[in-house]
Amino acid sequence: MNDLLWLIPALPFLGSIILILAGTRLSKKSVPLIGVGSVGVSALITLLIGYDFISSDTPPVIKQVLWNWIDVAGFSPSIALHLDSLSLVFIFVITFIGFLIHVYSSEFMVDDDGYARFFAYLNLFVGSMLILVLADNLLLLYFGWEGVGLCSYLLIGFWYQEEKNGYAARKAFIMTRVGDTAMAIGLFMIFKTFGTLNITDIQLQAPVMWEIGATEGTIIAFLLLGGAVGKSAQLPLQTWLPDAMAGPSPVSALIHAATMVTAGVYLITRMHVVFELAPTAQFVVGVIGSVTLLIAGFSALTQYDLKRVLAYSTISQLGYMFLALGVGAWSAAIFHFMIHAFFKALLFLAAGAVIMALHHEHDMFKMGGLRKKLPVIYWTFLIGAASLAALPLITAGFFSKDQILWLAWAGEKGNVWFFLVALSGAFITAVYTFRMVFLTFFGEEKSHVTHIPGSFINIPLIILAILSTLAGFIELPHSFGHFQLFTNFLNPLLPATTLQSEIESTEWMIQVSAAALSIGGTLLAYYLYVKRPSLHAQFKSAVPQLHNFLLHGWRFDSLYDWVFVKPFVYLAAINKNDFVDWPYNALVNVASFIHRMFAFTQSGILRWYLIGVVLGAILILTLGLML
Amino acid sequence: MLIIFYIASAVAVISTLLVIIQHNLVHALLYLVVSFLAVAMAFYVLGAPFIAALEVIIYAGAIVVLMIFVIMMLNLRQESIAQEKKWLNAQIVIGPVILVLVLAGELIYMVSTEASITLTDQVIGAKAVGMTLYGPYVIGVELSGILLMAGIVGAYHLGRQKKKVTHRFLEKQEE
Amino acid sequence: MTTIPAEYGLVLASVLFMLGLISLLIRRNIVFMLISVEIMLNAAGLAFIVAGAKWSQPDGQVMFLFILTMAAAEVSVGLALILQIYHQLKTLNSDEASKMKG
Repeated sequence: MNDLLWLIPALPFLGSIILILAGTRLSKKSVPLIGVGSVGVSALITLLIGYDFISSDTPPVIKQVLWNWIDVAGFSPSIALHLDSLSLVFIFVITFIGFLIHVYSSEFMVDDDGYARFFAYLNLFVGSMLILVLADNLLLLYFGWEGVGLCSYLLIGFWYQEEKNGYAARKAFIMTRVGDTAMAIGLFMIFKTFGTLNITDIQLQAPVMWEIGATEGTIIAFLLLGGAVGKSAQLPLQTWLPDAMAGPSPVSALIHAATMVTAGVYLITRMHVVFELAPTAQFVVGVIGSVTLLIAGFSALTQYDLKRVLAYSTISQLGYMFLALGVGAWSAAIFHFMIHAFFKALLFLAAGAVIMALHHEHDMFKMGGLRKKLPVIYWTFLIGAASLAALPLITAGFFSKDQILWLAWAGEKGNVWFFLVALSGAFITAVYTFRMVFLTFFGEEKSHVTHIPGSFINIPLIILAILSTLAGFIELPHSFGHFQLFTNFLNPLLPATTLQSEIESTEWMIQVSAAALSIGGTLLAYYLYVKRPSLHAQFKSAVPQLHNFLLHGWRFDSLYDWVFVKPFVYLAAINKNDFVDWPYNALVNVASFIHRMFAFTQSGILRWYLIGVVLGAILILTLGLML
Repeated sequence: MLIIFYIASAVAVISTLLVIIQHNLVHALLYLVVSFLAVAMAFYVLGAPFIAALEVIIYAGAIVVLMIFVIMMLNLRQESIAQEKKWLNAQIVIGPVILVLVLAGELIYMVSTEASITLTDQVIGAKAVGMTLYGPYVIGVELSGILLMAGIVGAYHLGRQKKKVTHRFLEKQEE
Repeated sequence: MTTIPAEYGLVLASVLFMLGLISLLIRRNIVFMLISVEIMLNAAGLAFIVAGAKWSQPDGQVMFLFILTMAAAEVSVGLALILQIYHQLKTLNSDEASKMKG
């Protein structure tokens, strides 16, 4: 069974290749059969392998070497797959949620001209992401890393006929490229230090090579963090994600919420040994996470576009994961990743269904009253939103977020500031989440429903809604059942978080305050947007600058425009005619001069050609006479 | 024998010269026939009576007749002669003539520096030519056949006037 | 009976060829150019006959036959082309037929 591991990434790649080569010739029925089927079979194999994995007593580490990539000067990265509990969680989420999103897309995209193209890209993405998380060495990981970056570009710009989509795609590609460059340099340094890029070897050698806080280790950790920040849309490279909503909704669900953006979380978790040896870098991870979660949360409060709210909330939730990583709560971060993947995919898919039902209306203020018209969407969206807002006890999001809050407070590397930021973030999350729910589904109807979603849209939503609720119960806090299936599952790989010694008893206080804040946020949203809808409009007109500032994501785009783009364009403009170009221009000029000379002889007048013949004959005869 | 060759040469050169300075196409063709006949005479003197006959039949006969037919089809009028006069002026002539004289000087110099050989007066008749033609050169004969076939097909294809396809109501009246 | 020196025949061929070449260069009328080409081909054939007579071999005459064949094919295609050009451009001026210049 474990020999089938290579099929998991190979099948989506195969599906992608078939769709790219033959996509236009296939019928509308066979395209989803290939596109969905390949991922579906991958998910099935994942379940089988996962069953084997869990039922064995000692969690095995499956390694499968497929072939050697290159072998030069002691550098021989193999194309090898490595399955342990961490990657199992990831491939489960990728294939399973990926499969649900594929099923959803088979109905959502059916009227699009690029139906086959869409599934080809989606399959390619799933394959690349699986390579990323299954990679045995960092080079193969980087291959998958760039592969998902490429697919992100292709899918954001999927509707390339509109110029702004192409702009958003380029922005995402270039912004993540900044981080990727840092990561590439980090990989070079790792290879220089260890002579290998194999992840297991690095994990074994790093504690021997460096003591805690070694300069080299810190630099490498920071460079890897750069890559993670770019991919996971954290400060300061977060501005691409809201614009990435230009892509179709299933893309937003799959790439920009559930899987790709968590690649950064995966990288840091995978390289946790390096980060533990570099406390400064790990602290910075926590700071970035906490600042990002606040900034994105405030921006989400003011958005009009339903999908942009979700985009900012994704950035904010990724901030939570980074915060957890920063305090060394590795398994808590992964747990939150999994739960977040469930409910965020659910929210995006439901939002996509709403937008489709209202004929591509994105503005929440033009929606309303959809509770009766779209009951399935409403209930599933409500469950997802409750999970995002972490309503206590009944939602999975409560358990995962609570774990992060607790460890931010009580973890050895945690402190009160992290905790307070996370706690206020929970309040903001509840407010913007239910603002979204109330604006979309409550109040009077403002737009007409034109399209009722079918079962291929409803069924994935219902499955995801069930998961968003029940998945939380596999990990219960100390004060409440103390049931730690997930942490124990990851435990041999990821060390448990050590707690500060004296504060064991206060966990229930934190839970109560978090629960109170999320309920309070919900009530505040209810008051502002249902009871007294005029209040938020007054607020908007009272401080329009603040409103616009938050609406544009704290104006990071303008800042980068001033700091990077404008000087770069200026430098490029003054360097346009530098001396490096002279030889090339000279070459061009000479070539075109000769071209004009020869073009002149092509006069089309027959007698000139004959004169040429005669001159040639004279030349040859003269040569013959002289020699 | 030599005298006959001289006379034939003189007639050939003079009539060719007249061909190239004529303005009227038909006159030029008549001089061309004279030139070909003179060359046929030279062939006869050089001991190639079969070729002399072919020269008269094909060059002076068939090819020139073909040209006359085409000239008839072109239906040229008097103004074409005037135009020919206008085109054929001294300025145009002088450059090519100098070039060609250089070339001719070189050629004649090359020919005349060879050791002089007088030709035998042995006649090579049609039989010997035929034996050689269908012996070592039979592949050339085959290729000539293909060439002539290509010539016929090409001439038919190129010479065909394409029928204009227009709707009968849209057809304009020719004036 | 005096026999003919071989150079005389070759000189005659050269002179005829050069006259044809001059005509080809100075004419603009394509029919005249075609006639000039015929003169040149004929002169080339004459050179072959002289060479054949020099060695008393029939090969020169065989070559003349091939040239003759080629001239016949060429003149038929050439005249067809002339008809086409005259039909299309309403002139026999070869300079007008320069639409395909680079």
